[in-house]
Amino acid sequence: MTVTGARPSTPPSTRAETPPPEPPPKRRLGLTLGIVVVGWIVGWAIWRGQATLEIGVAELTDVHRWLLELRDDFDAARNSNVVFLYVIDPVSSALDWVVTFLQELVSQAAFPRPVPEIGWLGVLAILTWVAYALAGLRSALLVAVSLLVFGFFGYWEESLDLLIITAVSVGICCLVGLPLGIWMARSKAATTAVTPVLDLMQTMPSFAYLTPLVLVFGIGPASAVVVTLIYALPPLARITAHGIRNVSPTTIEASRSMGATRRQVLRKVQLPMAKRTIVVGINQCTMAALSMATIAALIDGPGLGQPVMQALQSLDIGGAFVSGLAIVIMAIMLDRTTTAASERAETAARGGTGNARRRRQILAGSAVLVAVAVYFSRTYTDLAEFPASPDLGTPLADGVRSATEWVTSNIEPVTEALKDLVSYGLLNPLQALMADSPWWLMAAVLLAVSYLLGGWRPLVTTAVCLAVILGTGLWNESMKTLTTTVVATLLVMLIAVIIGVWMGRNRRADAFVRPFLDALQTIPPFVYLVPALALFGPTRFTAIVAAIAYATPIATKLIADGIRGVSPTSVEAARASGTTAWQMISKVQLPMARAAVVLASNQGLLFVLSMVVIGGLVGGGGLGFLVVTGFSQAEDFGKGLAAGIAITALGVMLDRITQHAAARTGRA
Amino acid sequence: MTATTEATVTTDAALAVDGLWKIFGTRADGIIGTPDADLSRKDLQAKTGCVMAVKDVSFEVAPGEVFVVMGLSGSGKSTLVRLLTRLIEPTAGQVRINGEEVTSASEEKLREMRRHHVAMVFQHFGLLPHRKVIDNISYGLEVRGEGKVDRRARAQEMVDLVGLSGYEESYPDQLSGGMQQRVGLARALAVDPAVMMFDEPFSALDPLIRRDMQNEVIRLHEEVGKTMVFITHDLQEALKLGDRILIMRDGEIVQVGRPDEVVGAPADDYVRDFVSEVPRSHVLTLRWVMREPRDGESLDGPVMQADQVIKDVARDVLDAEHPIRVYDGEEFLGVVDDEDVLRVVVAEEEGPES
Ligand SMILES: Nc1ncnc2c1ncn2[C@@H]1O[C@H](COP(=O)(O)OP(=O)(O)OP(=O)(O)O)[C@@H](O)[C@H]1O
Ligand SMILES: [Mg+2]
Repeated sequence: MTVTGARPSTPPSTRAETPPPEPPPKRRLGLTLGIVVVGWIVGWAIWRGQATLEIGVAELTDVHRWLLELRDDFDAARNSNVVFLYVIDPVSSALDWVVTFLQELVSQAAFPRPVPEIGWLGVLAILTWVAYALAGLRSALLVAVSLLVFGFFGYWEESLDLLIITAVSVGICCLVGLPLGIWMARSKAATTAVTPVLDLMQTMPSFAYLTPLVLVFGIGPASAVVVTLIYALPPLARITAHGIRNVSPTTIEASRSMGATRRQVLRKVQLPMAKRTIVVGINQCTMAALSMATIAALIDGPGLGQPVMQALQSLDIGGAFVSGLAIVIMAIMLDRTTTAASERAETAARGGTGNARRRRQILAGSAVLVAVAVYFSRTYTDLAEFPASPDLGTPLADGVRSATEWVTSNIEPVTEALKDLVSYGLLNPLQALMADSPWWLMAAVLLAVSYLLGGWRPLVTTAVCLAVILGTGLWNESMKTLTTTVVATLLVMLIAVIIGVWMGRNRRADAFVRPFLDALQTIPPFVYLVPALALFGPTRFTAIVAAIAYATPIATKLIADGIRGVSPTSVEAARASGTTAWQMISKVQLPMARAAVVLASNQGLLFVLSMVVIGGLVGGGGLGFLVVTGFSQAEDFGKGLAAGIAITALGVMLDRITQHAAARTGRA
Repeated sequence: MTATTEATVTTDAALAVDGLWKIFGTRADGIIGTPDADLSRKDLQAKTGCVMAVKDVSFEVAPGEVFVVMGLSGSGKSTLVRLLTRLIEPTAGQVRINGEEVTSASEEKLREMRRHHVAMVFQHFGLLPHRKVIDNISYGLEVRGEGKVDRRARAQEMVDLVGLSGYEESYPDQLSGGMQQRVGLARALAVDPAVMMFDEPFSALDPLIRRDMQNEVIRLHEEVGKTMVFITHDLQEALKLGDRILIMRDGEIVQVGRPDEVVGAPADDYVRDFVSEVPRSHVLTLRWVMREPRDGESLDGPVMQADQVIKDVARDVLDAEHPIRVYDGEEFLGVVDDEDVLRVVVAEEEGPES
């Protein structure tokens, strides 16, 4: 779900003739890092437990109270401030209106009718028809079956609500993101101005901007659309710009040489040639929107996220499983359909497939059927309200419940052992070290590490971010979250390197594993919590497991691509000099792909962080828990907002350090 | 090929270039006129970071002439040809096409000229992959706003002209490289330009196809008689197509002349090196080997014209009893005997002259 491509390091030329001028910096780096760690441990041993800035669960600092008042100020301003009256309010009412309109059209009772304007049969017919028109027969079947499954699971309204939030957000994304992408592609200044904003939008863990948005937009559908929008816009704008920029310069020059205006070049050359890429962008945008729209359940966004969240919070694995499964099916449905649409865009651009006339006839004919279905669904209650039976949802939930019970009671020793191993072996010592060190010692360590890995610029960013975290009054909680994040990332990298190397070296393995990774990547993060919760109960460890599941695919792919990108000549040369497979991996492939590895850890960290905070929902503790309580307890809102800020600061800090480290290793 | 003699055109030139410069880099404007402008390309780049791509180039091309620009990679050919229609903005200098100023033209005027007066063929074709062959060819007409029916009719004519009949409905990536470049040719011809420009159009093609395409250009030139500016780094191609050849090095003109002048009288070692591999007898004319008759030499031999290529007449010269008398029209210029011809032909067999 990320647009960052792996950029394999420039293959280092075989510099055999001249000895390197300086001693290899790597060893020195390892040594200094070692010294830092030793200093840290010594400092910890001396000052352990002092100045850890820990605060109690119910404790509020002045900052939190100030933020709480800020909300009151915002609420007060809602009726007087110009910005609210003339910008926020109209936007928010317009969004609410659109969502309500669509809901009354397809999913919620449209007063005075007891049912929506269009009943389930009509909706089913329309959506299937649209899928057929845009993406073909197979997608149409997939859509029809998926919708029926949502209904039989008992989530007809919630599914449509989720679709509505996603569709409205994607629609607005297209209205804003496409022009933005075009503008970025055509103007350097625009790129320079917009890129940092997009970067920030993408680095911010999704959980972090829920609270500030609530501050401005309140809770409800409008807010849900706005958060979804913010999250889904960057990939679309980026990919659109990329697609247009990548149109062959010769073709553009040829067009200019014939006297085409800039408009003509855009309309007749750049847009058609970038069409496929742009549809890929829409696919990415849709998947991002779906995953954020489910999380928006936290701020009262309508849709399938609601039942998942409620079930998670009441630890009802069965219920969470069924609604989570519905989300997964929706993800697959949207992904397959938009992908098929992009492939169709490609073939259509190359002269189309088969008989266009016949297709048009079928479309027109079936449109009549759709109209009939809509008419019936408005006339007969049975066709308006999705039938309550057969009910697949309840038996499935019960089945999962008993299966979970059986599994937990039978493999509990195994899961417990695993949990204990990671907890006692990794998590607890590290947490003791990070959270029990005095804050200034910890800050010094982080600054030193950021300087050693990335240089001056991340050092400055880290200093700023740490100051922000200190300011939020949540230092100790942040360090706990950081601990969880680091542990989960270590495990992610361990798995990713093993699988990634295997995939990079073996095409068959790649072909086998990649579809699973792709599938894992389409699943919205929320859903990962369900199986983790089933296996490990509501603990910190659950969040770690979910984070690993969520972050491993992207990291693995980046490493696999990096290994594959190692110049075949180097590999061949190494093989010619009698290198064993293990030497090949450790001396040639991994070192040459190190930029990809660092990039993978960058993405891994960000994905893990965003999942770890979501883990706050199921006993993950730390900052994520504070965000969640911020929504449920009015007086904790200030603390939740502070937690959101701290999460962002953590994210930016980790991102900057690893980005610079990646750039460095790329150059080395 | 039209055999133009020394270009004596001034105002009626199809293309006139005067003192054209292009320096890439920031602050490039400040360099011309300062001593920096005389630095070598390397020194200039080291000193200012700017790249001197085209340096004070002037030449004229007569209507109907095929004018070839050649030089090694990086000598500034592509830049030069793009300056002619301001696909790259010149740093200084003037370009006129059919007497109309290109360099000072407004955006609007420039577009008008690009739409009607010049057309270009590119090394990597630059076709639109999402359009059929026929729509690629009519693209230029579409851009300038012609109706669909006219467009198609004209494009169909071009399809036939370049020998692509039957491929109208194909997409570019279904065609071979040579065929794709035929589409490029047709697209350029479709707008009926006064001047056609080619930037190494055939260097991406394999040798056999390349020869086909060269012959195609010669044939088209005979049929439509366009003025052509042809960029290449292949000397054989230059000699084959060019009425005149301009040789560039590091952005500067080294020599301009007819093929036989370039081969027979290279301006310096750079050019001499360039042409050393050429079979001289294939390019040089009798003019280049004739001499004053010696005292008492027989003047009864057959008559030949001075611009005949040696290779073509070598056999006749050797077979003749007496030295050949060389004329330019009615005017007697000199004589050529077996020895004179053999010196050229045999020197070739022994390898490049020292
Ligand atoms: N946009 C640019 N910015 C800076 N320098 C450039 C630019 N375009 C070309 N140059 C430089 O100008 C010089 C001339 O380049 P040009 O492409 O005109 O050469 P060429 O004769 O066409 O070479 P080739 O046969 O390889 O196509 C080269 O040194 C090149 O590096
Ligand atoms: Mg070139």
